[in-house]
Amino acid sequence: MSERENIFTRIREALRVEAHAHGPKGLPTTADHRRVLPAVGATTEEQFALFAKNAVDLRAAFKLVKDNSELTAELRALRDVESWKRIAAHRGQQVEALVVSLGPPVLFTDDGCDKHELEKCDVGISECDALVAQTGTVVVTSRTAGGRALSCLPPHHVIIARREQLVPDLSAAFALIKQKHGANYPSMISFITGPSRTGDIERILVLGAHGPKKLTIFCV
Amino acid sequence: MSTPATHFNEDARRVAPDLRHRGIIQTAMGKYETVRDQRKVWFQDWQGARDLAAQTKWDAINHLDKHLEQFVRNLEARGTKIHWASTGAQAREIIFGILKAKNAKVVVKSKAMTTEEIHLNDAMEHAGYEVVESDLGEFIVQLRQEAPYHLVFPAMHLTRGDIQETFRDKLNDAPSDEPEELTMVARRVLRQKYLQADVGITGANFAIAETGMISITENEGNARLTAALPKTMITLVGIEKVLPRLEDLALFLPMLAVMGTGQPITAYNTMYGGPRQPGEADGPEEYHVVLLDNQRTTLLADAEQRDSLGCIRCGACLNVCPIFRNVGGHTYGTVYGGPIGSVITPHLRDLQDWKHLSYASSLCGACTETCPVKIDLHHHLLQNRRNASQGKPSWLQKLAFKIFAPVANRPGLWSLTTKLSRLGMKLRALVNGSVLDPARPWTKTRDLPPIAKQSFREWWKEKESSKLQAPSSREIPSTKHQ
Repeated sequence: MSERENIFTRIREALRVEAHAHGPKGLPTTADHRRVLPAVGATTEEQFALFAKNAVDLRAAFKLVKDNSELTAELRALRDVESWKRIAAHRGQQVEALVVSLGPPVLFTDDGCDKHELEKCDVGISECDALVAQTGTVVVTSRTAGGRALSCLPPHHVIIARREQLVPDLSAAFALIKQKHGANYPSMISFITGPSRTGDIERILVLGAHGPKKLTIFCV
Repeated sequence: MSTPATHFNEDARRVAPDLRHRGIIQTAMGKYETVRDQRKVWFQDWQGARDLAAQTKWDAINHLDKHLEQFVRNLEARGTKIHWASTGAQAREIIFGILKAKNAKVVVKSKAMTTEEIHLNDAMEHAGYEVVESDLGEFIVQLRQEAPYHLVFPAMHLTRGDIQETFRDKLNDAPSDEPEELTMVARRVLRQKYLQADVGITGANFAIAETGMISITENEGNARLTAALPKTMITLVGIEKVLPRLEDLALFLPMLAVMGTGQPITAYNTMYGGPRQPGEADGPEEYHVVLLDNQRTTLLADAEQRDSLGCIRCGACLNVCPIFRNVGGHTYGTVYGGPIGSVITPHLRDLQDWKHLSYASSLCGACTETCPVKIDLHHHLLQNRRNASQGKPSWLQKLAFKIFAPVANRPGLWSLTTKLSRLGMKLRALVNGSVLDPARPWTKTRDLPPIAKQSFREWWKEKESSKLQAPSSREIPSTKHQ
């Protein structure tokens, strides 16, 4: 017998005696989850305000911009303040032309890139799949945000989102992922909430333990 | 003879009065408690959330075969290679097989208690691989050649000064004792390891049956990099980690963060469902998932304690446990410490060797009350005590009850015994605390409560006789010494 069969035999043997259930059986519904999880506002304005508050609490920078020209101006300002020499990005509809217009050479990750080259970039700029108001989270995937390393290796991760990407809560975010990718899931889906952090030394917060020290979210 | 029980007693005796240790742990726990309680209030109904989490885990564990089949089928469909290990030795063999096939030299790991459970690091180092723990806390204890102190905070027992010293000795790089600078030293060192590593090994917090994904909860981004840069990725996960559906994470991700660290949600919660897919920019060429039993099915077969397989390793029960806070994480001598460790270790290893952990509890129930998936922890400790004494009764206990039963069943003998005991107490006072004191193991650290001056029967008899003399008396007797 294979180990797989051995393990399944032991599991089925063990489960012949049913364990006592303290409450109802069956799985909770999304409505059940929403009854207990943290509340979100009813209107889009409230939800944007909640997202902004959560993002700032978690030390991410968040800015709603009117249009692409304001976005460009914001990115140029960041480029100058941080003196970006090399930019990493992916060929997304929203970011490709924008990052090229910034000036410094751009490393596109789409067709694979040398990880040493990516590590030398000052910033990674990517799109996202959703913004979650409830927790101030940004959802990225390996298919829609330039792979796995782009959003994690450079010291600054800049996210370009659209207003209609805001969802109220985690339940809605998972429903969106299912609807968008359910037929063929990407190999990685990451819920990013604030920059990389650690509290492993005396429980004192330090940003940028391994991933980006800075996370900036622009929403057009 | 040195046994796990004697080790526990020796270490507990050393650590409990250590004021430095106590100070460090109280500070860390104090910070944790404050933020945890703020976050619990953030939920609309925290107790309701615990009910739903317990309900979900009940379904997951009681239909484990069905969920595991679905989990594996979905993972395989995207090109993941699945391995099954009944024992720790088998899991190590499987992982060594992959390392050999890939001609690996440098292995980078993100925090995984399952790899501690099968002693993977030691085995890999002995076999000549360079193994680097990437979680900051794990990296620190690895440098010090220590076991993790706590499920969530491996270096909780160390001060910044201790860590500076460790970095100076082992890395020759410790500019100051500022947490910020120490973290940046680790970041620099580990970045180079990431770029060199041939294989990345992770654990998993959840295994999603519906979509065939593992989910990793972390703050540092070290698991993200472990899963992004090396050409081969391996995940070692216990078979009990399944959750039925993707949307279950909407409940479990914030609950794990609140109980684990007091955060609303951790910085990275990432689901992995396969190696690099066609059209994706990067990611490992090969993805292996090793499913580990290692006595989990033994625990599954115990319907009474099956719910303890629902543990999400948040560490909340350790944090509230008065025993853990006094004796410290290393004293347990187990991979999983605190109340949950005391419950499951006798099942995962050996009941008789580890039964002493069932007594490492005041039975106050703080663990059961805090557990986000409502594991009946302190009752399971009692059940382990019962099972251990049924399996191997102690002759001393048997003798004691053999004497106690006939005495307790004979009123005359009982009354005589209580009278003698009172006399004995008086005599014992003469040797109180000395080597001659028969109650010394108790009186060394505590006072012995006095036996009541009057027994209930004596009091009752007195009351009845006084009633005869004054039938209208409604006086309530003093209950001080009942």
